[in-house]
Amino acid sequence: MSAIHLTINGTPHTVDVDPQTSLLTLLREHLDLTGSKYGCGEGQCGACTVLIDGKAQRSCITRVGTVTQKQITTIEGLAAGEHLHPVQQAFLDVGAMQCAYCTSGMIMSAVALLKQNANPQAKDIVDFMDGNICRCGTYPRIVSAIQKAAAMMHASATSKGASR
Amino acid sequence: MNEESSNAIALEPERYELRAAPPYHFDLHRRDFFKFLGAGLVVISILKPALVAQESGGSRRGESLPTEIDAWLHIGENGRVTVYTGKVEIGQNIRTSLSQAVSEELSVPVDRIDLVMGDTQLTPFDMGTFGSRTTPTMNLQLRKVSSAARDVLINLAARQWNTDAQHLIAADGKVTDPRANRSIEYAALLKGQQLTASLPAEDPLIPSANWKVAGQSLPKVDGRDFVTGKHRYPSDQILPGMLYGKVLRPAAFDATLESIDTQKAEQMGATVVHDGNFVGVAAPTSEAASAALDAIHAEWKSDPQISNKELFDYLRKNTTEGKDPTGDGDRFDAGSVDQALASADHKLQQTYTVQYIAHVPLEPRAALAKWDGDQLTVWTGTQRPFGVRGQLAEAFHIPEDHVRVLMPDMGSGYGGKHTGETAIEAARLARAANRPVKVVWTREEEFTWAYFRPAGVIDVISGVRNDGTITAWEFHNYNSGSAGIRTYYEVPNQRIVFHPVKSPLRQGSYRALAATANHFARESHMDELAHEVKMDPLEFRLNNLKNVRLRAVFEAAAKQFGWPRKKSAGHGFGMGGGYEKLGNVATFAEVQVEKSGEVKVVRVVSAFECGAIVNPDGLRNQVAGSNVQGLGGALFEAIQFDNGRILNGRLSQYRVPRFSDVPAIETVLVDRKDLPSAGAGECPLIGLAPAIANAIFDATGVRLRALPLVPNGLKVS
Repeated sequence: MSAIHLTINGTPHTVDVDPQTSLLTLLREHLDLTGSKYGCGEGQCGACTVLIDGKAQRSCITRVGTVTQKQITTIEGLAAGEHLHPVQQAFLDVGAMQCAYCTSGMIMSAVALLKQNANPQAKDIVDFMDGNICRCGTYPRIVSAIQKAAAMMHASATSKGASR
Repeated sequence: MNEESSNAIALEPERYELRAAPPYHFDLHRRDFFKFLGAGLVVISILKPALVAQESGGSRRGESLPTEIDAWLHIGENGRVTVYTGKVEIGQNIRTSLSQAVSEELSVPVDRIDLVMGDTQLTPFDMGTFGSRTTPTMNLQLRKVSSAARDVLINLAARQWNTDAQHLIAADGKVTDPRANRSIEYAALLKGQQLTASLPAEDPLIPSANWKVAGQSLPKVDGRDFVTGKHRYPSDQILPGMLYGKVLRPAAFDATLESIDTQKAEQMGATVVHDGNFVGVAAPTSEAASAALDAIHAEWKSDPQISNKELFDYLRKNTTEGKDPTGDGDRFDAGSVDQALASADHKLQQTYTVQYIAHVPLEPRAALAKWDGDQLTVWTGTQRPFGVRGQLAEAFHIPEDHVRVLMPDMGSGYGGKHTGETAIEAARLARAANRPVKVVWTREEEFTWAYFRPAGVIDVISGVRNDGTITAWEFHNYNSGSAGIRTYYEVPNQRIVFHPVKSPLRQGSYRALAATANHFARESHMDELAHEVKMDPLEFRLNNLKNVRLRAVFEAAAKQFGWPRKKSAGHGFGMGGGYEKLGNVATFAEVQVEKSGEVKVVRVVSAFECGAIVNPDGLRNQVAGSNVQGLGGALFEAIQFDNGRILNGRLSQYRVPRFSDVPAIETVLVDRKDLPSAGAGECPLIGLAPAIANAIFDATGVRLRALPLVPNGLKVS
């Protein structure tokens, strides 16, 4: 055990854990941030996806000792207060979920995708998201939701630009 | 396998489970309701005797005047509506569709309605959420309850205003008197009241053609909680002072413990339980629990068991007909098959097989248990909270009313969570630790110690005339199940037999269960017969089909798909369809077969009809989702096993459909407003596998008769 310092959703945390502990375990068990889900424990399903310095990472295979200097964002830190992130809003609008257990990870991966490609084609989305499993089979709607989010973000950026 | 899970096996197979649990009789005391619900109006839904037998699986035992309740609804003094149902939300979106039904009949906005689901202390007994029964039964019951409540409210207003009820209208949570231009909120009508009503036998309902809320697409009612990570699934539940539990798994199925040393684990400070074949630990973190489990040294003994290689031979040779009083098989005979076969222009005999597949619910089994004296409370993910309550009562030798099972909306089931393994494990550890304990299975545990969709062998022997009329149909299903075994094609001479088998692997319910295998065999065979008599497969089917609803979906899907399609190199087109769980589906598929042998499903068109549609958007999601999930079992999913061990029990080894597997999916909904609404979680799955197999044949001339069809790509000889 040792004191580990982490910044999660903008808030610094100090926790007393083994640096080998998985980030997912730390989030869920030590910080009660249960929005990130366990699905496979081997980085195959994407349900545990979080952003580490803006990049989508599988928290179940990430050791906490390796992310002490980094900015970690979980699904709980995505909305600005009551104001949902456009990807969250688009998933709601499109109904891109059934049991929704995969939804947190899908949204986090999609946010990472849109950071690096603001206008992804369907094929780009499929390629980027292929590591996220939705066993209920909601994939077509998730693709639509990501495209919708891209459009919303584009519209918002344009209107902000126009107002300057 | 530990003793608890062995006990559970008898409950699993779908054909048995409807008779499995004894009916539960709820004693109703008016005062109790208001004590825990608060003042207002309570309307109780009582199942009709015929429905009781169907839903609870048997007739009542002896007592006079038991109250067979399946739901109730409470409207409080604040105008909020709370509905209590034993059904559970597992991703099929019934929290939303049932809210719509209540909203419609009660004339109350959806956001004023709360559903309490699957809490054995608060909701009436329910057999479980499976078999696509929620929409045809619970939806209807809740509509009736809501309609009755609306009548009570209108009559209250009529009395208050001293006017005739027939002039009053209920809308938007108010009763309005248009002639006198006055209205009153439901809440105001119920101030200080303690009213009960039970459901009139035949309360007039709003005809589906006049639905305003039901019949419309409505987003998931609590969707915001899911996109923000706020919703707590069973595996997210916590209690103060809670420990994490882990269970030692045997080295093979049915292994017995030879020797065990738990000293090290105990020295590490973990709670260790060794009770018969059950060995488990509990510790303050899941990592400490895993470490303690790893420190246990155990030796197991098991008998040699078969592998996939011997599976189909084994299934044929190990039927239990006549040996097992509950497994007496299903049989249907008509005319004389043997004579018809002898005189047929063409005779065809083929064998079709399906492998065991896993449900892979993304949330594995999970439970949090706590004891207060001899009172047990468990939060767990299950499709049968009341069934799990029974299992817990049995395992701990306590009365059922000492057990409360709560089912938070969970990370799916697909028929795979009918049993209460983690509930029992967590409760056993919690009793020893004297603290709440949570057990969440790993993916490997979920793959290995849950249960599978049954594997099966199906033999079809048929006779057909040159003009395309089927004259003889003989169909034998070994083990995979009897759902959907009967043919809907018009054949005068039939022999259809289900042969139960003692399965080498633990098996149970699955989304569309046996209907997938039976439709795969039947609809593949139909294509083979069409080929035999050189007829177009659609024409051949319609030639032998009178069922109007099924014809309608075949015709609708064919139109959307553009059947018949012009041949192009490497592409093939096929169809499959049928009915199951009161729904009708026809699915057309286009495949592309690469020179490498890789098979890509390019396009899928399904026409689906399940009576009057309750929520078109939710329905499209179910139909498309069925086709995506069905791709796995059709193309590549199969459990590999050998000598009591699962060989591919990880997501890195067991392939499930991903984004890149998904074809263009088009759904045609046939809305039959004149027919009662049926469920849609299962039926849409059944047409896909045969449609793909038939399309592969069309593309390559290779006939595949085993599911999965192309686990390693197509080997064209």
